[in-house]
Amino acid sequence: MKMPVIDLANPTKFLALVNRVLPWLIAATAIFFAVGLYRALNAPDDYQQGATVKIMYLHVPAAWLGMMGWGLMCLAALGTLVWRHPLADVAGKAAAPIGAAFTFVCLVTGSLWGRPTWGTYWVWDARLTSELVLLLLYFGVLALYWTAEEPGRGARAAAILSLVGAVNLPIIKFSVDWWNTLHQGESIFRVGGSTIDPSILAPLIFMTIAFTLLFITLYLAAMRNEILRRRVRAMRLMQAQTLAEATP
Amino acid sequence: MRAIVALMLRDMRIAVRVGGGALMGALFFLVLVVMMPFAIGPDLKLLARIGPAILWLGALLASLLALDRLFVSDYEDGSLDLLMTGAVPLELTVAAKAVAHWLTTCLPLVIVAPLLGLLLNIEMRAMGAVALTLLAGTPALTFLGLIGAALSVALRRGGLLLAVLVLPLTVPVLIFGVSASNAAVVEGAAFGPPFTILCALSLAALVLGPVAAAAALRYGLE
Repeated sequence: MKMPVIDLANPTKFLALVNRVLPWLIAATAIFFAVGLYRALNAPDDYQQGATVKIMYLHVPAAWLGMMGWGLMCLAALGTLVWRHPLADVAGKAAAPIGAAFTFVCLVTGSLWGRPTWGTYWVWDARLTSELVLLLLYFGVLALYWTAEEPGRGARAAAILSLVGAVNLPIIKFSVDWWNTLHQGESIFRVGGSTIDPSILAPLIFMTIAFTLLFITLYLAAMRNEILRRRVRAMRLMQAQTLAEATP
Repeated sequence: MRAIVALMLRDMRIAVRVGGGALMGALFFLVLVVMMPFAIGPDLKLLARIGPAILWLGALLASLLALDRLFVSDYEDGSLDLLMTGAVPLELTVAAKAVAHWLTTCLPLVIVAPLLGLLLNIEMRAMGAVALTLLAGTPALTFLGLIGAALSVALRRGGLLLAVLVLPLTVPVLIFGVSASNAAVVEGAAFGPPFTILCALSLAALVLGPVAAAAALRYGLE
C-alpha cells in the first residue's frame, strides 16, 4: 500500500537546521528593529511632508518583501516542478500568506501616506494598480491551497500559477519608469546615486534589513510548522489505515 | 495535424449540440449588457461614453463562463486521459481545444457586440473599433482562461475558483482593449499603440497559455 511517506523523508535535517538557526534569527531581528526604530523615530522630518515621511519606514520594506515573497514562490515552483522536492512544496506554501500580508501592509500604509501627501487614499496609478493585482494573485494562490484536498496536488497547481503570475513583478518594478504617474519614481537605486538624504536613507536601510530578517524568521517558522502539519497528516492517514485493516 | 483538426471539430460539435454552452455565453452577454442601463440609469450620453468598457467587461465575464467545463467534461468521461496519452503533444491538444472554445464562445460575442452597441448608444465608428479590439483581444482571454481551466480540473474545483485565478491575469488585456476602443469615443486618444499592445498580449497568451495549461494537466492529474 502506497503511503505519503515521501512527505516524511527529507525534511528532518531541515527541521534540525531551522531549530538551531531560529533563535539567532529572532535575536538579530530584535536588534535590528531596536536600532532601526530608534534611528527612524529620531530621523529628521521631511521639509514638505513633515512627520508623515516616517510611514516610508514601513511602506518601502513591505513593498520590497511583498515582491520578494512572490520571487521565493517562483524559486520554490522550480523546485516543485523540476525536482519534485517535497521541501520545495513547503517553501512555496509558506511564502504565500507572508508575502500576501506584506503586500497588504504596503497597500494600507501607502494609502494612509497618500491621504496627507496626495490628498487621496487611492488613485488608479500604474504602480498602485499593479501592486493591487499582486495582492489578488496572492489571493488566487491562497485559494488554490485552500481548495486542494491533497497537499502535493495543490503545491503543483500553485507552482504553475506562481510562474505565470511572475509576469507581474517586472511590471510593478518598472511601472514608475514606464508610465509617468502619481507614484514617485525610483529614488534609491538609480543612476547618479540616491536622491534621498542620508539622514533619512540610513534608518530606511536599517528598517529594510530588520523587516527582511523578520520575513525570514516568519518564513522559516512557517515552513517548520507546515512540515509538522504534514507529518501529523501522514500519521493520521497511517492511523486510519491501521484501524481500517484491524476491523474486518 | 489531422488529429488536431478532428479534435477541434469534435469540440465544436459538442459545443453547439444539446448540453453544449456555445450560445449560453452570448445570451449571458446580452443579459449583462441589458442590466447595465438599469444600474447606471438610461443616460444615453453616459452610456455612449462608457459603452466600450461595458462591452469589454461583459465579454470578459461571458468568455469565462463556459471555461470551467472545458476540461471537466472530458475528464469525467475519460477522454482527457486518451488525449493525454495520445501521440499529439499535449500543448497542441490543449491549444486546439482552446481554439475550438474561442470559435464557439468568443466569436459569437464579437459578432453580437455591434448589436448590443445599439442598446448602449455607441456610434457606428466606435462600434467598429470595439468589435475589432474584441476580435484581437478575446484570444488572450481564452488562452489565459485555459490555464485556469486546467488548474481547476486538476483540483476538481470549478466555477468561482477559476474566476479568482484568471481575472487578475486578464487585467492588462482589459486595460489595453478598453483604451483602444475608447480611442473612437474620446477625442484625441490614439488607437494604434494600445491596439498593437493588445495584439501582442494575445500572441503572448497564445504561447504561454497552452504550455502552462499542459503543465498543469500533467502535474495535476498524475
